[in-house]
Amino acid sequence: MATRTVYESGLDRFNRPSKGVNILLHLLFFFLAVICVLPMLVVLSVSLSSEDSIRENGYHLIPTAFSGDAYGYIAKQGTMILQALGISVFVTIVGTVLGILLTTSMGYVLSRPNYKLKGFLTWVVFIPMVFNGGLVSSYYINANLLGLKDTVWSLILPLAVSSFNVIICKTFFKSTIPDGLIESAEIDGAGQLRIFFSIILPISLPVIATIGLFLCFGYWNDWFQSMLYINNQDLYSLQALLNNLMSNVDALARNASSLGISYAELVATMPKESARMAVAIVIVLPVAFAYPFFQRYFISGLTVGAVKG
Amino acid sequence: MKSKENRKRLHTRWRKQDTELTLLALPTTLWYILFSFLPMFGIIIAFKNFKITGGFLSNVFNSPWAGLKNFEFLFKSNDAWIIIRNTIGYNLIFIVLGIVIPVALALMIGMLHNRRAGKAYQTMMFLPYFLSWVVVSAVGWAFLSFDKGILNQMLVNWGNEPVNWYMEPKYWPYFLIFMNIWKGLGYGMVVYLATIAGIDKTYYEAAVIDGATLWQQTRFITLPLMKLVIVMMFILAVGRIFYTDFGLFFQVPRDSNSLFNVATTIDVLVYKQLKTATVGMASAAAFVQSVLGCLMILAANWTVRKIDPDSAMI
Repeated sequence: MATRTVYESGLDRFNRPSKGVNILLHLLFFFLAVICVLPMLVVLSVSLSSEDSIRENGYHLIPTAFSGDAYGYIAKQGTMILQALGISVFVTIVGTVLGILLTTSMGYVLSRPNYKLKGFLTWVVFIPMVFNGGLVSSYYINANLLGLKDTVWSLILPLAVSSFNVIICKTFFKSTIPDGLIESAEIDGAGQLRIFFSIILPISLPVIATIGLFLCFGYWNDWFQSMLYINNQDLYSLQALLNNLMSNVDALARNASSLGISYAELVATMPKESARMAVAIVIVLPVAFAYPFFQRYFISGLTVGAVKG
Repeated sequence: MKSKENRKRLHTRWRKQDTELTLLALPTTLWYILFSFLPMFGIIIAFKNFKITGGFLSNVFNSPWAGLKNFEFLFKSNDAWIIIRNTIGYNLIFIVLGIVIPVALALMIGMLHNRRAGKAYQTMMFLPYFLSWVVVSAVGWAFLSFDKGILNQMLVNWGNEPVNWYMEPKYWPYFLIFMNIWKGLGYGMVVYLATIAGIDKTYYEAAVIDGATLWQQTRFITLPLMKLVIVMMFILAVGRIFYTDFGLFFQVPRDSNSLFNVATTIDVLVYKQLKTATVGMASAAAFVQSVLGCLMILAANWTVRKIDPDSAMI
């Protein structure tokens, strides 16, 4: 192994572009990386600017007058944003767990070569990949027939399973779990449910991590389900709250009464612009800190999917 | 011979395992029936004069047939041609740029002397992929807002008139294309980087011994070996040509009416019609999208199968 690394780096050294080209490449990628990160820094800066400085000078990359008012306001008037945070966390955790269970169980069943209904279930998973009922009929079925409108389940259930994830699971089980393992468990008298929960799941952490991350980021970042099904502001997730604030900044003043001042007073005094961006930061912060560490699971999922879609 | 026959017989009989596996698959199957297959049958409302009051099922069965009236209504409106042009036009641009740029960058990032820097750049370029469109819309607002946005401040500093960006359609094709590429850059590079990493190093060693330059190695080894993956990604993208990213076209232009002609795609139209409760046209548009989309995906898959049977979905 060690010699191989040395050898490869020898090839690399031979293949190195000239110093000038290397500097140009570094400049290009540095520029691209800055373009990708800088906009979030602008949002951070706006959230840390004082309301007066925004009114006078507009948004800036570096705040002209620092102020933590927006975060103070969020913490003080609490209920609305804490509630939205609670909904977001609940939906993310419950959705991810439910999604993992539904996806891996189906993936496992499809990976069993001798299962009688394998052909039928393969079609059940496959058909939705090429054909879907479209937004209108999905909306009416979820809202009217299943009665999901204005419930937290409308944010969780429709996103729980994707055929893409099921196929990733199936491919993983097929290629990494030796048949002998399952057969010996069967000979020992274990039922399939027991085999799945106490043998398969514990040794399938890589694929669970990949699927779990897809689901987790998907639920945390979802705003579309809220826009479709949620009218009750008590069920707003952080994304839905920000979505609402983008079109109506004053919405933050909704529960003025809980602060003991009048609505008009609150609208006049609250740090609207910066508070809006502060909500965006509350959304992005956990994601921005988490993804660099989980990137490789994402990448492994994406490449598996691309190779065997 | 006998045992083989025995095994064959054993495998055609329904066993205890099959019951247990069916039980295990039951919840997910139920999910598929409720959230995937019911809507497929609900698609017939495109041919009905659907009322949105009352229960769904009774409406589906009781509402009168409308024949093709919903489709007539859709295609006679001016909107139909605008949204079809936008949907296909933007997708064609996204397909071309979404291949050329990530492939070029994947090739170049491997040439950096400093591998660790390359990884760091890649991680930073992945950030926009993890932002929701609502957040991206807030980011866009920070730059494009008329009175406070950074772009207008720069224009004013340089002595120009500020522009009311959200009212000026002519800039938006560029903004939308930029935003789409910006958000998908890190994601787009992943597959190509994995392909490059999977190429056998001995090819390059042989080429180096023969005196090939870096450019010649790229041109005659790397690119030909990436061709299959590139073609595959191209065909899969073509298969989704009737679908657009709703968030990009709805959130980023902030639903501005002035931008209707440049930012409305099939998905946006369906959503807007749904929200105004004019279901007829929306269901007709959704039907067209589902059926044409299905045909495109099947055609794309058929083509993939011709090129590389292992990569086909079916």
